[in-house]
Amino acid sequence: MMEAKRKWDVKKLGPLIGLVLLCMVLSVLSDDFLTMDNWLNLLRQVSINALIAFGMTFVILTGGIDLSVGSVLALSSAITAGMMAQGINGFVAIFVGLLAGTAMGVLNGVLITKGKVAPFIATLATMTAFRGLTLVYTDGRPVTGFASSDILFQMMGRGYFFGIPVPIILMLVVYLVLYIALKKTTFGRHTYAIGGNEEASRLSGLRVDRLKMYVYALTGALSALAGLILTSRLNSAQPTAGTAYELDAIAAVVLGGTSLSGGKGWIFGTLVGALMIGVLNNGLNLLNVSSFYQQVIKGAVILLAVLLDRRKEA
Amino acid sequence: MRPLIDMRSIQKSFGTNIVLNGVDFEVLPGEVHALMGENGAGKSTLIKVLTGIYDRDGGTIVVNGRDVHYRHPKEAERDGIVVIHQELNIIPTLTVAENIFLGREPKIGRTGVIRYKEMEQQAAAHLRRLGMDLNPRELAGRLSVGKQQMIEIARAISTNAKCLIMDEPTAALTEREIQALFSVIQTLKEQGIAIVYISHRMEEIFTICDRISVLRDGQFIGTKRVKETNVDEIVQMMVGRQIGERFPKRRVTIGEERLRVERLTKIGVFENVSFSVRAGEVLGVAGLMGSGRTEIMEAIFGARPFDEGDIYIDGRPVRIRSPRQAVEHGIAMITEDRKQKGLVLEMSVHENLTLPKLEQLATAGFIQSSKERDVVLSFIHLLNIKTSSPDLAVKALSGGNQQKVVFGKWLAMNPRILILDEPTRGVDVGAKKEIYEIINELAAQGVAIVMVSSELPEVLGMSDRVMVIHEGNVQAVLENDGLDQETIMRAATGGNR
Repeated sequence: MMEAKRKWDVKKLGPLIGLVLLCMVLSVLSDDFLTMDNWLNLLRQVSINALIAFGMTFVILTGGIDLSVGSVLALSSAITAGMMAQGINGFVAIFVGLLAGTAMGVLNGVLITKGKVAPFIATLATMTAFRGLTLVYTDGRPVTGFASSDILFQMMGRGYFFGIPVPIILMLVVYLVLYIALKKTTFGRHTYAIGGNEEASRLSGLRVDRLKMYVYALTGALSALAGLILTSRLNSAQPTAGTAYELDAIAAVVLGGTSLSGGKGWIFGTLVGALMIGVLNNGLNLLNVSSFYQQVIKGAVILLAVLLDRRKEA
Repeated sequence: MRPLIDMRSIQKSFGTNIVLNGVDFEVLPGEVHALMGENGAGKSTLIKVLTGIYDRDGGTIVVNGRDVHYRHPKEAERDGIVVIHQELNIIPTLTVAENIFLGREPKIGRTGVIRYKEMEQQAAAHLRRLGMDLNPRELAGRLSVGKQQMIEIARAISTNAKCLIMDEPTAALTEREIQALFSVIQTLKEQGIAIVYISHRMEEIFTICDRISVLRDGQFIGTKRVKETNVDEIVQMMVGRQIGERFPKRRVTIGEERLRVERLTKIGVFENVSFSVRAGEVLGVAGLMGSGRTEIMEAIFGARPFDEGDIYIDGRPVRIRSPRQAVEHGIAMITEDRKQKGLVLEMSVHENLTLPKLEQLATAGFIQSSKERDVVLSFIHLLNIKTSSPDLAVKALSGGNQQKVVFGKWLAMNPRILILDEPTRGVDVGAKKEIYEIINELAAQGVAIVMVSSELPEVLGMSDRVMVIHEGNVQAVLENDGLDQETIMRAATGGNR
């Protein structure tokens, strides 16, 4: 038994080994890769995808999916930016933006649990609708004009704390909280149970619908947070921001070894998965690979990682 | 008579674990041969070695006088050896005929266009050979499990099978379907087709089989003719010791009324169901499959809505609309389908055991690991759950031990009312007795128990009273005092009360 257990641990290290190998190759190919500046930049870029992917991990663990994250990001960013452009206090605007993201997540949850719509379909619909609402609200133009209005908002995307960019700190804090939630709390255990066998969980007296609602709300809130970081960095809210972000988030979750059928996975894997995607983007840029080829290579790496994972399972 | 299949001195190990050690197994043409043994005795491994799913380490297999070494079940099928698994291989969205000829459809030349008329006629002919009157154009998914099984048997005989290996063929069948299956087996026998019958149900085996071979811990214990043996001898061969009374005795003083159900109705499913159970009492519930037994229990547990009726606990009316509310009222339910409804298979023994009561082992949402560990270890010990570690995935355990985990999961919440639906399905003889002892112990502690079971000996052996359900109605409530199987069956099939 001890042996079986150890094997399992090695298997779980797969994504981490992949990430280390990728970094080693890139540090040989490019002199700039292993510099402090480059890594802070890289991590700051990763933070947006990672935050969304953390939420996505919970959703996928329950056996669901959330395609609406990019649109939630755009709409909540536009709301916050719009409020600030009208001179409303940054703290209030941030709060309302996060609340809006959470509310959109709750709507997804209601459609899925009370409406009994398949998560893929429900969030496909809200993805389209939220994007449309963003375009309506912004009239299709970027929301700007809040340049130096609020120091708190400025900090979210561009600030430093003891020399570390604030987005990285936000990412790590959220990671830590969610790691503990998944590992140590009833919420985490129930998330796994529902993904593993929803009917058995319901018959065990678990509040399945409520938990799913929480999970989609969490993802909505984290998408909004990612959106605020992005908006703060760009100093404007783009109506098309976050397009196709759901795909990067799902890729990070899957690269990390979480099963799309639910019940099996871990959030550390997602962090590693998000880093892999970030490192790859960064490395290919440093090597001046054309953006067309970058997509081909990214796709190939995702496939390779998943194929290797399958092989280990067989 | 020359044996159809003759396996001699079969050896098989996985790593250092010897799973088959010198097993002999012989099947004659036209016989029904039961293969018995507790879970883990090596029955499935033996069949997998025969059909080439596993490679054997030693021994010989002779089929039709020819030495064979199959590398794939397809090769075994070519020699007429077909396995019919417990989980049927039926595609519900295809028709009966399409299922029977899947992968072997008669075609027009090489075009890939199927000759439907010919295929359907042949399918009908094969079904007639089984004495079955089924429309070949019917969608398989609309048929009952019993009829789907007939499709598989028809598929097997359409390939000229000489030997059908049936793994727990009656597990999901109603009483009537079992009778139909037995007459089909009789027909096949007369046509010289051999059947290897794997089952835990003694009564069936003694009804339908000619010979019984018993395995225990990978060893071949012996082959007996049914006419020359009895249940006790076979059980002793299987467990290697005498297990004494199959149903342990219980001494309980029955207390106050715990649960009362009045006029519970779900239109079209069950009607006017009224009964009560007292503390320390075991109420057996008998009835054919499909009679509404399970549905009634699920309704009481809040897992399924009902139209009318009232539920009282300790004389007070309660409103139960979800399993969660049932649990809050001290009701636990052990469901019929352990894998779909009872356990989270990927999770560990430990995580399954604490699932319903995790909140009580947590402070402000944080699970108290040491507290949880203590509960888990105490239940593993109390129920004698055989697992190498509490962290082992529950799917790796045998059926009997999985069922003990299901019990443990509910016992951890100290239920006052326990509903059991087929508590010993797919559980081997030794573990069955342990489960009966657990049930008795709970009754002794004053838990009110409602036990649904298809196995009449179990109902008779365990219950204080027996409620018989027929087509959604309570047909009879009988004191278990000199009660016999015939009386129950008469009520279950709608006979007079």
